[in-house]
Formats: sequence, C-alpha cells, structure tokens
Amino acid sequence: MNFDPILIVNACASGLLLGAFYAMAAAGLSVSFGLLDIVNIAHPALMVAAAFVVAALTEATALDPLLASLIIAPLFALFGAGLYRVYHFFFESRGEGSIRGLAFFFGLMFLIEVSLLVLWGADQQFAEARYSSGVFSIGKVDFPLRMLVPAICALAVFAALSAFLKMTFVGRAISAVAQDREALRLMGIDPVRIKTIAFALSVGLAALAGGALIVIQPVDSSSAQIFVGRLFAIVIMGGLGSLPGTLIAGLLFGVIEDLTATLLGPSWSPAIAFGLLLGFLALRPRGLFGAPA
Amino acid sequence: MNGATGFAFWRNGLALALGALIATALALRAVHNDYAFYLGYIVFQYAALAIAWNILGGYAGFVNFGAGAFFAAGAYTTVALNKALALPLPLCVLAGGFTGAALGLIMGSLTLRLRGVYFAISTLSLSVVLQTLVVNWTYVGGSSGAYIVRPKAIPLFASYTEFLCLLMFAIAATAALVAAAIERSSIGMGLAAIRDDETAAAAVGVPTLRLKVLAATTSGAIMGMAGAPLPFYNSYLNPDSAFAIGYTVNAMAMPLVGGTQTWLGPVIGAALLGSIQQLAVAFISSSASLVLIGLVFMGFVALAPQGLIGLLRSSRATRVSR
Repeated sequence: MNFDPILIVNACASGLLLGAFYAMAAAGLSVSFGLLDIVNIAHPALMVAAAFVVAALTEATALDPLLASLIIAPLFALFGAGLYRVYHFFFESRGEGSIRGLAFFFGLMFLIEVSLLVLWGADQQFAEARYSSGVFSIGKVDFPLRMLVPAICALAVFAALSAFLKMTFVGRAISAVAQDREALRLMGIDPVRIKTIAFALSVGLAALAGGALIVIQPVDSSSAQIFVGRLFAIVIMGGLGSLPGTLIAGLLFGVIEDLTATLLGPSWSPAIAFGLLLGFLALRPRGLFGAPA
Repeated sequence: MNGATGFAFWRNGLALALGALIATALALRAVHNDYAFYLGYIVFQYAALAIAWNILGGYAGFVNFGAGAFFAAGAYTTVALNKALALPLPLCVLAGGFTGAALGLIMGSLTLRLRGVYFAISTLSLSVVLQTLVVNWTYVGGSSGAYIVRPKAIPLFASYTEFLCLLMFAIAATAALVAAAIERSSIGMGLAAIRDDETAAAAVGVPTLRLKVLAATTSGAIMGMAGAPLPFYNSYLNPDSAFAIGYTVNAMAMPLVGGTQTWLGPVIGAALLGSIQQLAVAFISSSASLVLIGLVFMGFVALAPQGLIGLLRSSRATRVSR
C-alpha cells in the first residue's frame, strides 16, 4: 500500500480522464438500455470491434485514431439500424423482448469476439496518435495526453448528445418513446422509426468510444468482457437513461477504479465494477439519484 | 408430487440412471479406446451444465450468463482442496457443488428481486470478477495455473479416464434426475408460473423470490459439480482455460437448441452440439467450431424458440391436423 498524497492526487486526475471516457462509452448504452429498454449486451463488443477497425485504419492511412472513429461511426450507425430491425422483427414485435433478446445480443457479442479472433488473431492491437507520448502537467499532477485528448473529445460528444436529445425534434421523440409509445403514435410518429434512429445513434456512439479506447489503451479480442460489467454498472449507477447521471457515475467510477489500482494494485480493478454493480442492484437499483430499493 | 408417486419417481429414475450408467460403461469398454472416454466426458459435462442452466433459464425464464463462472468455481474448489487436504475427487465434487450453490444463493438473493435483466447483467460480470480473484490467489497458482497429479490407476476401473468419464456421467444423470423431479413438483409449476407471468404468480400466492433463489442455488450447485473434475481431466488448470467463454455459450446454446421445457432438451442439445464441436475442432479448427456454435445459437434463438423438441412437436401437430 502506498499513501503518498501526490500519488493519490495523480490517481484521481487520471481517474477523472478515464471516467470521462467511461461515461461516453456508457452513453450509447444509456440510450439503448436506458431509453429504449433494449439490453444490448453486445455494446462493449461493438466498441472493441470499432477499436480494431480504427487501429487498422490508422495504420493504413496514418490518420488520427479519433478522426478515424468519426469516419467509421456512420457505418456502425447503419449497422446498428439494421441490427435493431432484426431485433425488432424477431423479438420485440413478438413481445419476447427481454429473455430471448438477451440471448440474441449475447450470441452477437460472442460472434464479434470470435470473429475478431479469427480475423486479427489473439495479439493486442494499438494505435499511435501523434500526441500519444505527450504529458500536460499542472504542478506535480500529470495529465498524459493519450488520456486527456480522448477525455476532452468524450466530453464534447457527451455535450452534443445531450443537446441533440434535448433540443431537436427527433431527440425529444427518442426520450418520449421510452415513456409513452402510444402518445407518440397518436402524434403521428412511428415509434419503430424513432427507435431505429436511436439504436443507430447508440451503436455510432460505440464506434466513437472505440476510437477513444484505442488511444487510451491497447485492446485484444476479449477486451469487451471486462467492459460489460463496467458499462452496465455505470448506466445503472447513473439511473437508467439519465445522461447527467451517466456522466457523474462515469467520472466517479473512473476515480474509484484508479484509486483502487494505485492502492491495491491494478489486478484488482476489475473487481470494482462487479462490486459496485451488485451493491447498486441490491441497495439502490434506481441509481445514485434515484429512490432506494 | 405426493409421497407415493414421489417414491415411484425416484425409484424408477434411479434405476434408469443406474442402468444407463452400466450400459454406457459397457459400451465404452467395448469401444476400448481412451478417446471414447475423453469424448464421452465432454458430452456428459456439457449435458450436466446445460441441464443445470435450464433449471433457472428454461423453467423460470431467468438467463444466467455466468455458467462458466460457476463451472470454474467448482474446478478451483478442487484445486484448492486437493492442495490443502488431498481430498479424493468424489468429495471435491461435493465441495464444488457447495461452492456453486453458495454463489447461486448470493447472486440470486441480491438480484432476483429485480427484473430478470438485472440478474442476467450481474452474472455477466461474475466471470470477470471470479477470474480476478483467482488470478490474485497465488495458493491455487495465480495466473500461471496449477498442476494436479492424476492417480495412475484406480480400483474397479480400467483407467483413470474411464473413471472420470463415468463420474461425469453420474453427475449428468443426477442433474437430469433433479431436473425431472423439479419439473414434476410444485416447484416446477411455480417456476413455470413465474416464467409466464411473475406478477400474476405472486398474486396467487406463489412464493416467487424463494422459488427463484432455490432454482438459482440448485442450478449453481450442479454447475459447480460439473466443473469439479476438470483439473483432473486436464491435469492442469489455469484461469484462462477454466473461465473460457465457450462453457457459458454452450451451457446456454444447448438447451436453446434442444428445447427448454424439459430436461431432455438440454441433453439432446449437448449430444448434438457437443459432438459437432468435437468434429469441427478435429477437422477444421477450434476457432471455426466457436464461430459455428455462435451461428447455430443465434439461429435457434431467432428462428426456433422452442428448440428441436418444439420443432418436432409442431411438425407432428401439423401432420395430425392434416
């Protein structure tokens, strides 16, 4: 154990940067799971798949990884739209949403993982950005640029998403579809169309998160497994579907995880997600700001 | 299930299981090939896992994504007990069952009060966290794994592999008996009521939470038992092989392919998918077999929700109605 205060402050700083990334990665899930009630377990796997594609694209074209993720995001969104239609056709429209739908997304997660393994092998993939080795320091507190730049982009994406959901017609319809499908239909809006757009948005966000992920750390084909617990813990902590809640939960989660890694050793950090997830489900299933169980 | 029919069920069931055990033993002896025992072990192991998963997943409709974690918990119970007390394997199997049951009880009582999705999500990360614990636990070998000295010979059996294979058969048969008993009892009816409409079930007085936790505990116990012989089967166990995602996928895919309403469904699924995978591993590659299993899994989930048994039934029904 090491209680050096500078170390702790540094852990908090890098935890905040990591947390901003977690919040963005969880934002897409917050839209699908929180707003649409579609439990897309494959969300982290889609993010890791995007990270692989970004790594390949960066190596081939010397493009910046974050820019590359912006380019592939529309393709992922298109895939997401198709995916929702398949899910809707086979499960949602037959009123068999949750259990078989869960199995469907689990199968997808497994297929993505195995496909990455077959296509790229078991090696770690990484992408070098121009700023990867730079560090921005305030006094003795370091902000490595490979964390700082993705964190700033994540916050920008987060702000754009919030503005979109609050201010545009489609965005408000997405928030409404969660609350009252019938009212939406009475207003002449097709709920399935709105849900298609929202799910596409969520998968597009997974692609953007994949770009940030590959700048922050190398990934391999099984990386998604560890993110499942993290992202669902954050979305549940944030109170399903609440973007401000997701942001705060993400930041908090990053800090807790980095402090644990500093104090107990990095090999313990995966246990944090699970502990928080179970704790919240048992005690406060409505999240940090919701009513207790 | 009342007393008399209950007794008849157990008597017939046990006689059937014992008969099947002896028949399997003789058949495998006749083949007289250690590979047959290896293959048999894998199929029986998957059958036990699939039947266990189905008790909660099929009967009650609660998806457990942590089958692999329960399985690995049983395997690591054996490693720890073998190192600490040099316990013989049958006792390790019981201990593995206890570990699995305890895990099921804890997970179930913490999350089964909520919608089924939450139980599913928390079991999804169970595997990651148990793996973390094992990697940090140097006593059982940490990330580099542990070796198990396998006895050369064992009385009454031709080889140790034969013993393992028949032990696994006994575990699978126990699982089938327990599952069949649950189906026929008020527990099974209560679970079916929960699957169909939990609110309505609770309203007519079904003790939903107690039944769900009971199902999670039973299912966990069998998964732990199925994992316990693994270290002896492989002579070596490391976290990556014990927590391989393939166990989880198979434990779910097999009931879904076979059919989730009775214990026979998972058995059919295990026999079918288990042997297809072994063939694919032998003739194509292990990653090809994983892709195959993923595709079959998704295909059945989307197109044949009642599994093969359901397909057969509906084709027979249409033939009769014609």
